[in-house]
Amino acid sequence: MATQKRTVEVALSTTGLDAEGRPQRVPLVTANDGAAVAVEAPPAIEPDLAGEHMLINIGPQHPATHGVLRLVLELDGETVVRCIPHVGYLHCGFEKIGEYRQYNQIIPWTDREDYLNSIGNNCAFSLGAERLFGVDITPRCTVLRVMAMELSRIISHLVWLGTTCIDIGAFTPFLWSFQERENVYNLLEGWVGARLTTSATRVGGMAADIPDGWIEGLRNFIRTFPKTIDEIDRMLTKNGIWVGRTVGLGIMSPEEAVNWGLSGPMVRASGVAYDVRKDFPYLDYETYDFDVPVGTNGDVYDRYLVRMEEIRQSVRILAQAVDRLPDGPVNVDDPRLILPPKSKATSEMESMIHHFKVVMEGPRPPLGEAYVAVESPKGEKGYYMVSDGTSKPVRWRIRPPSFVNLSAIPKMVEGHLLSDVIAINASIDIVMGEIDR
Amino acid sequence: MGLTPRPEHRVVEYDPSSQEGWVATRLDFLVNWGRANSLWPMPFGTACCAIEFMATAASRFDLARFGMERMSFSPRQADVLICAGRVPFKLAPVIRRIWQQMAQPKWAISMGACASSGGMFDNYAVVQGIDTIIPVDVYVPGCPPRPEGLMYGIMMLQEKVKRERMNDATLRNEMEPDPKSQLWIPAPTIDELSEPFGNSVHQTRSGL
Amino acid sequence: MTGPFPIEYAGSASKDAPAPATPRNVPNRGGAVNPSAADLRTRFGASIRRVDVVWGETNVYVAPEAVLDIIRWLHDDPSQRYDYLSDVTAVEYRDLEQPIEVVWHLRSLPYRRFLRVKAQLTKNRPLEIPSVWSIYKSADWLERECFDMFGIMFVGHPDLRRILMWEQYREGFPLRKDFPLRGRFSRAEQLRQALAANPEARYSMEELSIADAFEDLPTEMRQRLRSGERTGE
Repeated sequence: MATQKRTVEVALSTTGLDAEGRPQRVPLVTANDGAAVAVEAPPAIEPDLAGEHMLINIGPQHPATHGVLRLVLELDGETVVRCIPHVGYLHCGFEKIGEYRQYNQIIPWTDREDYLNSIGNNCAFSLGAERLFGVDITPRCTVLRVMAMELSRIISHLVWLGTTCIDIGAFTPFLWSFQERENVYNLLEGWVGARLTTSATRVGGMAADIPDGWIEGLRNFIRTFPKTIDEIDRMLTKNGIWVGRTVGLGIMSPEEAVNWGLSGPMVRASGVAYDVRKDFPYLDYETYDFDVPVGTNGDVYDRYLVRMEEIRQSVRILAQAVDRLPDGPVNVDDPRLILPPKSKATSEMESMIHHFKVVMEGPRPPLGEAYVAVESPKGEKGYYMVSDGTSKPVRWRIRPPSFVNLSAIPKMVEGHLLSDVIAINASIDIVMGEIDR
Repeated sequence: MGLTPRPEHRVVEYDPSSQEGWVATRLDFLVNWGRANSLWPMPFGTACCAIEFMATAASRFDLARFGMERMSFSPRQADVLICAGRVPFKLAPVIRRIWQQMAQPKWAISMGACASSGGMFDNYAVVQGIDTIIPVDVYVPGCPPRPEGLMYGIMMLQEKVKRERMNDATLRNEMEPDPKSQLWIPAPTIDELSEPFGNSVHQTRSGL
Repeated sequence: MTGPFPIEYAGSASKDAPAPATPRNVPNRGGAVNPSAADLRTRFGASIRRVDVVWGETNVYVAPEAVLDIIRWLHDDPSQRYDYLSDVTAVEYRDLEQPIEVVWHLRSLPYRRFLRVKAQLTKNRPLEIPSVWSIYKSADWLERECFDMFGIMFVGHPDLRRILMWEQYREGFPLRKDFPLRGRFSRAEQLRQALAANPEARYSMEELSIADAFEDLPTEMRQRLRSGERTGE
């Protein structure tokens, strides 16, 4: 496969590597007067010897498959000729169970499907359910959900960063990114009581308003977090090993990316400027001032750059959201959706009846269907709900971005080496919980 | 909670009526100490619990102080299988195979509600507890369990390891599944363990 | 094909349209119709059975025979340019008399439009619908999943087999309404069937042909594979 001709100014942190990241050939004997001798160009990579193709099975239990993914590879020497992925090892019947649960009861399920973006999924599902019910949430809830979704984007990208670094060989950024995730976990735990599976939203509002001092905690995070990202950036972006291992791998052209249904950083790294927040906005994202990074080469290195920049843009959005958080109620004032305060439910008859109906039967939307898509860290995440007027949906469909992104992996790894398969797989940023549901 | 100390918190005493002898007891202590403090985990991580497991291994909660920072993704070199996450039926033969490939002495921790009992996934796709497939030593509840919870489960396992005795040959018995059905516990037991909990069936199960 | 690629902007064909905004006060029925619906009516006439606008989204009900032509036209026509297939799924209603609907979610990135195309399949006939794989490669796995969960055959799909359940899964199609939540078999039976997967036969014949590994298998394994036994993963 052709090597990528591209100029990346690389401050080589290791000596002895040439501009393409291969070891320089230093002749053993220099000229007598100590002057430098011209280094001979390294020979062209020979094609692998003709022979049988090898069958290699990666997974489903494997450290580098980011969950229970099974890749069957046909190898010609070290080069991948064909890749046959097998998924479904984490299929847990989410969509079936959604037909047996009320809308608020489905929210804990949305945590567990893309478990790196739990609170983002909660918000996405609630947006879909609110569209189905025909309610508009309060301004305060809108800004809180933006904060939740951007925090979620940051922690998801941090997991991607940490695990990709481990896959490619750098262990330390994993510890740094997980330490930053702990700071966000503290914030989420202070808000809803859970670190990972938050279940933070309800149809029509949030499970709880933010506690006192939470905003100061978030401001603190916004102030201290960019230093870690800068440090990781300094370590990786111009590192000869990192560049050599990621440039030119897994290229998808823009037409292919759109046709294969890629979304999120996968499609943006290929040069297609499609971000659901900008093109089909929700939660007033059009009023926030942020940029969407777009790459031009469609390879693993560009996906890395896109995600790193997205983290920075998320911090930018958080700073704006913190400044514009309005006062007011968090939940919509609709007794058929929102539980009344306990004091009223135990003293007023009307509130008690509302409480009973909301808990026992669940809120019932009108007949209809709604598909609401958000920009999750993995791509276009959509929830499609069909209602027949009862409190449980007829169909709850999750449009999984990682599922569609992963379907392109046979195309991306063809012709690459075995270790590149791991790097390309890491760059897709898959979550098996979402793929298999 | 409560005034009665948990059994495992009592110091394991030497039983003078046993025929073990001084050397065997010291050897037991040494071997168990070595095993308990260097349990190499085999992280069979599938879902959200795997993320909390990774967080437990990271710098804030740090598994290295238990000697467990060396994750062994090859079952041949692992001591404890930590099943972190839900196990669907498609993955069942895989976890059975991995368990059989681990060399004795081996233990299993079922981390989270889904691995312990199927969790919130009481449907057609999910195994209702991995103890229907492999023998489990410690169950850690939670969805997902906090890192402190997982560490408490690991400490319980360490105490279980420390209570082992060399002359107890049954400890290292390998699980033998029935060759025809591949089940290692009888089918009616599996059905009973997997039944929905609560009002739907067996109203008097808890005795209330 | 290698980069650098020129950047394509969503909304590039609708530069004078108003900037996209968060929808508010979306009515249950009625509201702005996607212009593609009218264009479809003009072009395909009777194949377009119905057009609804529900919660701001345009749903176009089409005849199942005309699905491939309609979607191909939506993809190719320069005034439509639905270049992005978001999702292919199916809906079965609780009223078992109602037909199963196959749903396509299409997006036009240049025009920033969203369209839902639906085809209804009555249940007294085999559930077959043309595959749109030849138009959108993203349909590959999406249609496989739809087949796995509902049993709908996508005619023209290159490799229609189960994707989420294992290939020899015998309980049925999980998302059908007559499929119970906990499955048809007892838990022990489900476990027995799952564990019966033969680890050595874990590869399909196609995969085994890669390494000529078939010859290396023991004789009785080869016989069993030849006779069609699979784990079917």
